[in-house]
Amino acid sequence: MTTTDAPAPAPGRTPVPAPRDTLARRGSVYLSSHPRARLALLLSAPLFWLGLVYIFALAALLITAFWSVDSFTGQISTEFTLDNIITVVTGSLYQTVTLRTLGVALAVTVIDVALALPIAFFMAKVASPRLQRALVVAVLTPLWASYLVKAYAWRSVLSQDGILEWLISPLGLHTPGYGLPATIITLSYLWLPYVILPIYAGLERVPDSLLEASGDLGGSTWQTMRLVVLPMAMPAIIAGTIFSFSLSLGDYITVNIVGGASQMLGNLVYTNVGAANNLPLASAIALIPIVIISGYLFLVRRTGALDNL
Amino acid sequence: MTRIPRRAARVGTTALAIASVAVLTACGTTSGSTDGGEAATELGEYEGQVSLLAWPGYVEDGSNDPAIDWVTPFEEATGCVVTSKTYGTSDEAFNLMKTGEYDVVAASGDATLRLIAAGDVAPVNTDLIPNYEGIYDFLKEKEWNSVDGVSYGVPHGYGANLLMYNTDEVTPAPTSWDVVFDAAGDYSGKVTAYDSPIYIADAAVYLMAHEPELGIENPYALDETQFAAAVDLLKAQREHVGEYWSDYLKEIQAFETGDSVVGTTWQVIQNVLAASGATTDVVLPEEGATGWSDTWMIGSEAENPNCAYAWLDYIASPEANGAATEYFGEAPSNEAACEFRSEGSCEAFHAGDAEYAAQIWYWTTPIAECVDGRTDVECVDYAGWTTAWQEIKG
Repeated sequence: MTTTDAPAPAPGRTPVPAPRDTLARRGSVYLSSHPRARLALLLSAPLFWLGLVYIFALAALLITAFWSVDSFTGQISTEFTLDNIITVVTGSLYQTVTLRTLGVALAVTVIDVALALPIAFFMAKVASPRLQRALVVAVLTPLWASYLVKAYAWRSVLSQDGILEWLISPLGLHTPGYGLPATIITLSYLWLPYVILPIYAGLERVPDSLLEASGDLGGSTWQTMRLVVLPMAMPAIIAGTIFSFSLSLGDYITVNIVGGASQMLGNLVYTNVGAANNLPLASAIALIPIVIISGYLFLVRRTGALDNL
Repeated sequence: MTRIPRRAARVGTTALAIASVAVLTACGTTSGSTDGGEAATELGEYEGQVSLLAWPGYVEDGSNDPAIDWVTPFEEATGCVVTSKTYGTSDEAFNLMKTGEYDVVAASGDATLRLIAAGDVAPVNTDLIPNYEGIYDFLKEKEWNSVDGVSYGVPHGYGANLLMYNTDEVTPAPTSWDVVFDAAGDYSGKVTAYDSPIYIADAAVYLMAHEPELGIENPYALDETQFAAAVDLLKAQREHVGEYWSDYLKEIQAFETGDSVVGTTWQVIQNVLAASGATTDVVLPEEGATGWSDTWMIGSEAENPNCAYAWLDYIASPEANGAATEYFGEAPSNEAACEFRSEGSCEAFHAGDAEYAAQIWYWTTPIAECVDGRTDVECVDYAGWTTAWQEIKG
């Protein structure tokens, strides 16, 4: 044990015992003098997670799409084949379902942005700080409830003798029942908080002084909105659309609950994993949304939307 | 309890399954024995433990509900400590059996033949299972639990996929599957059907009666022409289907609210609906119906074969069979089991009614080698059924 490094005890006080030279201490001494080792240790866990669990699983997914499966014994043959990709690209079933899924995702995104913009603007620019906090909580609250509970709640609402029918039948309208419209309504509800929050955060960053300046210079409300607020909020809006679009693209539970007889890409993946035991084909189908989302992200990367996620 | 856990668990397990594509893939490529081995000729000492793979509700040791326990008596009698795992779908069971970690599996007919073909389960010598005597004869040596006269397990419970209808809306009371096929237009948008490729067999059962010229002998052995006819029938039905169901709760709710008024169902669903006062009834239509019959099988790599045999014997006993099948909501396979079930529960499931059971075409894995014995044609296998099912739904 070395005591030479320890500071001399002040006269009249109990001397502080020198720290014992444990393994932990030696380790921390080493780390404090070797910043690279420190960094490596700090990052290894998240890098392990990201690299092995996330990237590796995705890569495996990509590779699986090029394998095939023995339909009867369920054995996967690791021989390279393009069959699944060709099936998915040329099969009319997959084209129809891809288009339907894209349509649902686009509709959900448009509805969500249309609903989220005024709400987010009110929250960020009009409401008092007190009301603002209450509204943020109100927007966040639905996220605490289970996805399934909310989807099944919409199933009840949209049912033939549900609350929607009861509300609008006096007006001569009827519930859409279960089907694609119900799916779009439910998904729009589910993803709305994910769209409001980034837009709200983006609008908060728009300085009030700019709005005042626009007004002082004679800009009407509409002109201020169009020429000042929207351009500045655009990255945030796109960030919101990434959420609603990609979440809708991959969904299969909502459409299963309220979609009636319709199916989306997620359902095809589900059937191929769950019922058909055909992982290669499921992987090939799963590549469709990945390609679409990658394309979308590539398109919007210059808008600065990715910084707003 | 009922089939709820089986279906509800799907949602969760599927999410997991998709996330772990890589892991499953690795499993799928490792094991590959094709020989299930020979059946045991005599039994030895109990190994002291046994691992079971079963549908939820089949192996209850009181941990879910202290009153529901038929595992503890088995453990006390044999000294074989039970570890069990439940699965959500037949395919999950199929993948799990490949690990070779389970001594026993309770498999439905849509998985059994695949398990046998993959060499994951072994033949079972029923002479070593005294309680096999008590099993209904009409459940023994069937194409989903035996191959070439060799038994691959002990029948558990069974049930039929019935026709449910809303007694207010569907009049007169249907006696034929007609109402969900050729006459489905009468209830367009309110017809429901079971969401699984195996439902194609329901269409085949209908065609057997209504288009005899197709020559369908067995709804699970369809050649190209017969299969195409069934698929066409289902594509026409698709126009009138309000929704497909695989989730038990979803169907109950749809019939309660009137979103569905006619379609396939299970007896247990009718029991729940009747208890809640819904205006529904079920019928076994004149054409017959599809159904399920589960089988307890022994893994080909079982490490505890003696305890496995002990479990197969125990679960086939009247007490255990009665308790397990009543808890799950199906007819028992042991004749004497009804004495151990609550009043009326056997009647509700038509237990032991051989005439009723004879009208049921139990789920069987469709394979290329026609299960009806035809050798001049090749039948459409389950992969073909799955592809077609996705196309039917569109």
